[in-house]
Amino acid sequence: MPEAVGDIRPSPRRGDIRYVAKNMRLDLRLIAEMIPRGARVLDIGCGDGALLAHLTAEKGADARGIEIDMAAATQAVAAGLAVIQGDADNDLAVYPDGAFDFVVLSRTLQAVEKPREVLRQMLRIGHHAIVSFPNFGHWLVRWQLISTGRMPMTSTWHRAWYETPNIHPCTIRDFFDLCALDGYTVEQWLAVDEHGLKAPWRRSPRLANLFGEQALFQLRRG
Amino acid sequence: MPAPVAPFDQVDHQRAVFADGLALDCGTVLAPMAVAYRTYGRLNAARSNAVLVCHALTGDQYVAEPHPLTGRAGWWQTILGPGKPLDTDRYFIICANVLGGCMGSTGPREEMTDATGRGLGRPWGTDFPNVTIRDMVRAQKLLTDHLGISRLLGVVGGSMGGMQVLEWAATFPDAVYAAAPIATAAYHSAQNIAFHEVGRAAIHSDPDWNGGRYWADGRVPAKGLSVARMVAHITYLSEQALTRKFGRRLRGASAVTFLEDVFEVESYLRHQGSTFVQRFDANSYLTITRAMDYFDLAAEHGGNLAAAFRGTGSRFFVASFSSDWLFPTSESRAIVRALNAAAANVSFVEIASDKGHDAFLLEEPDFHRALGGFLAGCADRLGV
Repeated sequence: MPEAVGDIRPSPRRGDIRYVAKNMRLDLRLIAEMIPRGARVLDIGCGDGALLAHLTAEKGADARGIEIDMAAATQAVAAGLAVIQGDADNDLAVYPDGAFDFVVLSRTLQAVEKPREVLRQMLRIGHHAIVSFPNFGHWLVRWQLISTGRMPMTSTWHRAWYETPNIHPCTIRDFFDLCALDGYTVEQWLAVDEHGLKAPWRRSPRLANLFGEQALFQLRRG
Repeated sequence: MPAPVAPFDQVDHQRAVFADGLALDCGTVLAPMAVAYRTYGRLNAARSNAVLVCHALTGDQYVAEPHPLTGRAGWWQTILGPGKPLDTDRYFIICANVLGGCMGSTGPREEMTDATGRGLGRPWGTDFPNVTIRDMVRAQKLLTDHLGISRLLGVVGGSMGGMQVLEWAATFPDAVYAAAPIATAAYHSAQNIAFHEVGRAAIHSDPDWNGGRYWADGRVPAKGLSVARMVAHITYLSEQALTRKFGRRLRGASAVTFLEDVFEVESYLRHQGSTFVQRFDANSYLTITRAMDYFDLAAEHGGNLAAAFRGTGSRFFVASFSSDWLFPTSESRAIVRALNAAAANVSFVEIASDKGHDAFLLEEPDFHRALGGFLAGCADRLGV
């Protein structure tokens, strides 16, 4: 098994729903830190299985994955990981309630068809959900929209509006609102910059919403 | 009028004979019962590296060696051997001829026995009882018990072999660590039953069929069996594969002459049909196609496929091929959904291929990497 942390990189064929992060390694490491030893984990949009490999090798987790891209899924399976080709919108409904301790959706929520339903499913089949997404409330995004009157193009939001797979962008405050609306408890949250480093706006969602490029949430039901 | 075709020769097969026999799903007890098999590689001291390969409708136990009748290479030689996905340096591979088959396991071509197990000096023929996929699996279980293997590292098979894999996982979950059902389905569809029925009708309408007692005349219903094979062979390929291999090309002519034109695809199918009758028994074909038609794993578990896998500790690898219309990807996805509903550990990939159902037998590097990686991962976990 490859040394997972050093081996994490975007899966080879993109063009699908997840965009390339410059520093996926730290992002996934932050998620891995939230998951206790021996947990049952489902990673939705697992790519070539870097997080799964890490959790299996380092934390003795029962880690499984879903990946929409067939080439990446095949690569993960060939590495001995329990990965199915499928997608968040269609393949969660069949799992039984409470099948996992943690269900992870990394940088994919903004690209699914029904984010609210996907979240609901995640918290039905898992006791905890870990969700990361790019923050559309970041100051640069706001500034570009105000100053140019056009859709923002940043290192995070770098695809033109007519071809972006990110059909449901949201801000950190929007996400807090949805959690309140659907009765989810935010167990942990943090804002991170594009390199996956924790940003120091832990106490203020308003500031985090302005300066955080990515958000990472851990939720539970009720 | 072509000369009648004689039955193919009896050859000696490696066999295990079970005097107590087997109680079949239909209620008949088949005793004694023989299971013909081949093995490749070495069983380790812990008896923990055994992988059972389940063959498809017209396959047999000669997976990776020349066939004793045809001399042709083994049917899964692409995937089985040293360093290959079914790595004989690491695993002990077993393949048994299915119950009802015609390569040495008890079947219509073998000598009929009475209730006391006494030989009657004639083959079973159409008197051979109806068998099911589960009967085939129970016969294989007797063999693996006989070989002293309490848990198989893996059970692997495509098409009807995949049905057996699913049945193994459902019936003997504790005896299967890793299950790899490939290009298969949890039940035989109406369309597939329909194609089988065309094949059976062709056999029944052959003048040499003789009500199934063709063995008494020393000839076989070769025309009917060959037509059955031709029809079935079309279902194993895809339109793209046929177009790529044959297109509209003619044999020995560049343009249609309206005389004795033979399209290459016709000539190919005729060849497939005529060689098949040299290695397969018509009554076996009827018995095994019926067993596939009967197969409905969900029905065995109250109509709920997930119930077949409830509480399973086995790990699963499900694979389908994009151009397979006989066992399409939707059937594999249904299996995956049922496994997920049972919270089973499952991997699934659909391999992009234009080779149709037959792709599982052919050189498909992505499939081989995925299956090999899955098995190796399971072997690593077991410390094999």
